[in-house]
Amino acid sequence: MQQIFNFIFKNSNRLLFLLLLCVSLLLTIQSHSFHKSRIISSANFLSGGVYERINNISEYLNLKTENEALALENARLKSIVFNTKDTLALQKFEKIKGVDPKDIVVSKVIHNSYNVHENFITLNSGSLQGIKPDMGVINSLGIIGIVDKTSPKYSTVVSILNVKSQINAKIKKSNHFGSLIWNGKSTGFVQLVDVPRLASVRKGDTIVTGGQSVIFPENINIGTIHKVYIDNKTNYYTLDIKLFNDMTNLGHVYIIKSEDREELNNLEKRTKDE
Amino acid sequence: MNSTLLTNILRFVLLLAVQILIFNNMTFLGFIIPLPYLLFIILFPVNGNKSGLLVASFLLGIIMDVFSNSGGIHATACLTLAYLRPSLFKFAFGVSYEYQTIKLNDVLTPERFSFISLAVLIHHFTLFLLEAFQISFFLDLLIRTLLSAVFTIISCIIIIYLIKPNKK
Repeated sequence: MQQIFNFIFKNSNRLLFLLLLCVSLLLTIQSHSFHKSRIISSANFLSGGVYERINNISEYLNLKTENEALALENARLKSIVFNTKDTLALQKFEKIKGVDPKDIVVSKVIHNSYNVHENFITLNSGSLQGIKPDMGVINSLGIIGIVDKTSPKYSTVVSILNVKSQINAKIKKSNHFGSLIWNGKSTGFVQLVDVPRLASVRKGDTIVTGGQSVIFPENINIGTIHKVYIDNKTNYYTLDIKLFNDMTNLGHVYIIKSEDREELNNLEKRTKDE
Repeated sequence: MNSTLLTNILRFVLLLAVQILIFNNMTFLGFIIPLPYLLFIILFPVNGNKSGLLVASFLLGIIMDVFSNSGGIHATACLTLAYLRPSLFKFAFGVSYEYQTIKLNDVLTPERFSFISLAVLIHHFTLFLLEAFQISFFLDLLIRTLLSAVFTIISCIIIIYLIKPNKK
């Protein structure tokens, strides 16, 4: 017994180190293995509050670009209103949204990371505004990411610049599907993989969200094809896609609350159970 | 309970604040961030309480993780650095480490420089290894470690010169 105590006293530093190392490694592994089980996130009271304070100051620096983006969007919406005779364009616009206006929540980005492999965005609206995990986040130019965690006032978003994110997308012209991933290299480009060789792809074609996922409505812009590769192992196309969004400079975003999703999920679950 | 403890608490808070408010927003080439907050571990008194340093570095890392949504990678990296610090002292300063006369918070000498660079390299390598978490990014990992380490070392030295006690 004495010897055990002696051992513990003699190696107290090493034991403390090992204990703390286990805790931190556990947190690391947990955050890597499954993004739902993340314990430590910036959607909490402390860091959310600090980021909101910082953003209150720094948003003044971006007022000009933010205004320009809003003016552009206004112009686009006005052109739709004034050209109502062109019924084709109006229909197309309504289809792009595909959701009720009341299902869209406007929110502000208070923290945005884009320099690591797993990037997250923090927004200043949370479960009090009806935000739930797995809702889609877009802005006027294209998609941003998917809501990960929520607290009463804040929420974190898995950015499309996250090597773990995987979003269903398609080529607008031909309706061929693929999954959108990020290889962790450049903030301006993402990759569309597993596009069948049958698809006709050309540089400059537009990529939009596909209808297979219930998170995003169909036909929301993502980017244009920049480069085309053929994967040697699988013989599928891999496309480099230039994003419409500048992910390093985000202001206001829209969160899509889709009521259909729960219904669809329930249906799929019931089908599986039977 | 004296001024050393107070200095260290103050340093802990100030370095974290500077890191989160200023240096986290400084990005070069899109992926390089200087991380001078680990100066807290480097400047901790040589003869200070070792378990205290371990716990403090763990807390330092966890707070960084909360702010950057990164699980436990900063905590692990800081903890590794804190644990390896005595061996680094022996490596960089040789015999004089035994007499505990080292003051890091002073003019840059080759010994101090090698100690700081080694500490930063160890911290960054652990950090980026855990951040990538797979071996396929290995080359990318080395590039990130080296480039970020350069910027961190520069910012650390600048901060040391700024807060160096002036005695003449």
